[in-house]
Amino acid sequence: MPKDGGIGASSKRREDVRFLTGEGNYTDDINLNGQAYVFFLRSDIAHGTLNSVDTSAAEAMPGVVKIFTGADFEAVGSIPCGWQVTDKHGEAMQEPRHPVLAHGKVRHVGEPIAAVVAESLGEARDAAEAIEVDISELPAVVDMKEAVKDGAPKVHDDLTSNLCYDWGFVEENKGAVDQAFKDAAHVTTLELVNNRLVANPMEPRVAVGDYARGTGDHTLYTTSQNPHVIRLLMGAFVLGIPEHKLRVVAPDVGGGFGTKIFHYQEEAFCTFAAKACNRPVKWTSSRSEAFMSDAHGRDHVTKIQMALDADNNFTALRTDTYANMGAYLSTFAPSVPTWLHGTLMAGNYKTPLIYVNVKAVFTNTVPVDAYRGAGRPEATYQLERLVDKCAHELGVDPIALRRQNFITEFPYATPVAVEYDTGDYVATMDKLEEISDMAGFNARRAASEAKGKLRGFGVNCYIEACGIAPSNLVGQLGARAGLYESATVRVNATGGLVVMTGSHSHGQGHETAFPQVIAEMIGIPEEMVEIVHGDTANTPMGMGTYGSRSLAVGGSAMVRATEKIIAKAKKIASHLLEASEGDIELKDGAFSVAGTDKSVAWGDVTLAAYVPHNYPLEDIEPGLEETAFYDPANFTYPSGAYACEVELDPETGQVTIERFAAADDFGNIVNPMIVTGQVHGGLAQGIGQALMENCTYDSDGQLLSASYMDYAIPRASDLPFYTVDHSCQTPCTHNPLGVKGCGEAGAIGSPPAVVNAVLDAMRSGGKDVGHIDMPVTPARVWAAMNG
Amino acid sequence: MYNFDVEKPTSIADAVAALGREEAQPMSGGQTLIPTLKARLAMPSVLVSLRGIDEMQGICTDDQGRLCIGGGTLHAVVAKEAAAQYPALAGLAARIGDPAVRNRGTIGGSVANNDPSACYPSAVLASGATVVTNAREIAADDFFEGMFATALEEGEIVTEVKFPIPEKAHYEKFIQPASRFPLVAVFVAKFGDGVRVAVTGASEDGVFRWTDAEAALSSNFDAGAIEGLTVDGSGMISDLHGSGDYRAHLVGVMTKRAVAALS
Ligand SMILES: Cc1cc2nc3c(=O)[nH]c(=O)nc-3n(C[C@H](O)[C@H](O)[C@H](O)COP(=O)(O)OP(=O)(O)OC[C@H]3O[C@@H](n4cnc5c(N)ncnc54)[C@H](O)[C@@H]3O)c2cc1C
Repeated sequence: MPKDGGIGASSKRREDVRFLTGEGNYTDDINLNGQAYVFFLRSDIAHGTLNSVDTSAAEAMPGVVKIFTGADFEAVGSIPCGWQVTDKHGEAMQEPRHPVLAHGKVRHVGEPIAAVVAESLGEARDAAEAIEVDISELPAVVDMKEAVKDGAPKVHDDLTSNLCYDWGFVEENKGAVDQAFKDAAHVTTLELVNNRLVANPMEPRVAVGDYARGTGDHTLYTTSQNPHVIRLLMGAFVLGIPEHKLRVVAPDVGGGFGTKIFHYQEEAFCTFAAKACNRPVKWTSSRSEAFMSDAHGRDHVTKIQMALDADNNFTALRTDTYANMGAYLSTFAPSVPTWLHGTLMAGNYKTPLIYVNVKAVFTNTVPVDAYRGAGRPEATYQLERLVDKCAHELGVDPIALRRQNFITEFPYATPVAVEYDTGDYVATMDKLEEISDMAGFNARRAASEAKGKLRGFGVNCYIEACGIAPSNLVGQLGARAGLYESATVRVNATGGLVVMTGSHSHGQGHETAFPQVIAEMIGIPEEMVEIVHGDTANTPMGMGTYGSRSLAVGGSAMVRATEKIIAKAKKIASHLLEASEGDIELKDGAFSVAGTDKSVAWGDVTLAAYVPHNYPLEDIEPGLEETAFYDPANFTYPSGAYACEVELDPETGQVTIERFAAADDFGNIVNPMIVTGQVHGGLAQGIGQALMENCTYDSDGQLLSASYMDYAIPRASDLPFYTVDHSCQTPCTHNPLGVKGCGEAGAIGSPPAVVNAVLDAMRSGGKDVGHIDMPVTPARVWAAMNG
Repeated sequence: MYNFDVEKPTSIADAVAALGREEAQPMSGGQTLIPTLKARLAMPSVLVSLRGIDEMQGICTDDQGRLCIGGGTLHAVVAKEAAAQYPALAGLAARIGDPAVRNRGTIGGSVANNDPSACYPSAVLASGATVVTNAREIAADDFFEGMFATALEEGEIVTEVKFPIPEKAHYEKFIQPASRFPLVAVFVAKFGDGVRVAVTGASEDGVFRWTDAEAALSSNFDAGAIEGLTVDGSGMISDLHGSGDYRAHLVGVMTKRAVAALS
């Protein structure tokens, strides 16, 4: 019997009522009295010296309020980077200045050069066309390996080269790893590209700045996954506004996928300009601007090698990756190819020796940062493609090779610095074999072949790290922030609760899932709990939502605060029931005295807290409101096994996904329906990366895939009906809910299964190409089949 | 967008007069034109909307048995109303874009625009249709003059397209995954006196007739008849979605499939 409330119930998403009926309140819905509009004049040149920006003709255009250029921001701070990586020599990464508006140079197509604030967007845009910009074009660097060669044009003249850092992990292991390769019975080598992606949230970015001259208070409304982080970064590092004079509001946000974590120039601009113009200033990104100004994702070029002994045990792994940073360091960019990627290279396997090298490179392209999965998809893709290649080179079954090398004992300390608390990789693989109907594959292949098609089956495993993270650990790794989460639980007099959470929901369903936890803890209906998030003015300092951390970290903070509430409520109940506190039990929304029929309802206790006539005022304060900050002891480690079945048309190269099965271990599950939805969404993005999505530049740094005419994202008809199972559950051992996180698994776990399946199909047609890069487009498959 | 005036004539004659104004441009469904205006890539001072002209709407059959489609007829209307008489054409219209595009976009706009990847031009050319304008009738073979180029004069509007109905016909479309326009599509039409094969999406010169295939299929209407025939990849579009050689290859595959669908 499915539960109809509390933990484990598939409660319907209450937020969907407003989202699906057009009643959401998104940033673009916010229109303030006297608001002016900003249009950014963006560079159409990838790399050049900015000789002059002449705004004189534009200033005289109708409707113009004020025009800003880079010179107006000379006294303003650089857009900060939130993570400092230390290279393999112990040196800090190279960190360039990132101006709000370009100054001296332009470094990527889409970089803002000037901003026109006007009475209407049309007038702002007209005036922008009258700005005369003089740029001397310089040769652009686009290819990462070219960028780090001697004599390559430098993106930043004041840095020594285009190399941001050269990271070795674990540097001390390198000698032993190299020795293991010398001693290996077999070595498999794979070179691959992890394609650059554009996040494409349905809602483009928006910022509205507001300034109250009477009080000196600033407000920024913005499409953010973490308003407190924006307040700190922008206030402290860019504009010099103390937190108590700056409020950041991220209301309903229509999808983030990572790209709305970061602090962007447009936010700082609107906040700054609102004061300079003394009126609200609004910017709404067009879809075209989003393509060239939202941080992109992925973009790694990797060589990976596995050493095996004569019994096919993995003995060592080494990788060599070039990671694109783009022209500037976006907020968390340096951490993605290092701490969110290198630490995951053990995967599900007990490979004893691992060495990861990552060279982060500046190029004349849009900055690259976290995108759904951030680092873990890159790790999973290379490892799981490599393991498949090992199996084929050795002539062994790819699943058997995986099983043979699985980690089976937990906790398990990997050679790449993390400790997996729990997992059962055999169980998820068993489940996968069942739900993917592997047994029926040969019959399905025969049916495809009868139609002149090829059919392929591909699997992979994944392990990922969610719930970032212990603050002291990430501090050692270079994070310039703590990564706890916070919650304030406010109980009202008549018993309803409001939770002010530092997590932020931009599609995840917190407003539904979080109340389920409290309902379970107290034994009251979910409807009695309301979630408030997204406004620094009424939520405690929190780090926001990304890295599938909301329930594991934010939910844990809420549990801790609710535990404090329950403890206090028991004190009140013991007073009301004239019993000792230790005998009070809370069940089904009532406090009772153990072993008696004496009880008092939840609502009577909460009322007593606020109308304390009969109340132990000498011992406890009135009121019922508690705050907790939760700092996790470890990451959480969701894992799983995925299978993809494709049909390939050998005449056209067209690949269609016929079946896709996902067996995940997310630990305990609060709302199975929401979890299934998260997996579905992740799979769509992972399959999109594998088959369709590709953000490409030409050698001059012009963005070729700059609109939906050329950037392909999957539609419903491109995707199969998924078989999703999350019944394998090894609860997390260190958070109170035993939860692990499910938001990114689909995107992390699916690309290798797709590519493995395509290669299997090609092999069945007599063509063993060894590897094919994503996206596996019809043209690429055809070229590979006929190469 | 830049500012412009809008005229809404209700007759072809008034439309032609309105198009005599300085920097005037006709607009039908706006499915191509509006995005162009929004990107500020065009700056007409007057838009002459053809949507209110009743005489450019709808589908009928003339006394030669030709299917006559008004230039202002929506893709969605062709998809529905041509289905009985000319299913291949109706099927083509039914797969243009999405429902919103099909309920705004028109055959006249598509044919006049002559996008090298548009669907309709292949049907017009393979059917040997006649493009009717306010001033004259132009045979399909004379109408399409290369990428985005047609025989239309300044201010001339497509008022109707007359399609001879083939014995059988089939449109085979291989989509470009992002835009869902054809990457390569082939329209094969078999008439009593021969076969016409028109290809869109592939060539740098826009829609074209594959005459070698036409000759082979006219003598033997079987997919095997074009085995071994190839088109030259060098004049084909090469972009991030496929090389010229890939497109040239697809021309053969799509043609074979179109013929196979009719056999
Ligand atoms: C998302 C999307 C997907 C699409 N997919 C496809 C597809 O798969 N296949 C396909 O073929 N097309 C596709 N299209 C294009 C669509 O079919 C357009 O409707 C068509 O190309 C233009 O028709 P329109 O009536 O909208 O013309 P408009 O946009 O109004 O005009 C286009 C051009 O033709 C001129 N013009 C318009 N009408 C006339 C006329 N009667 N006489 C002379 N000149 C005229 C205009 O001045 C303008 O230059 C797609 C469009 C969109 C937006």
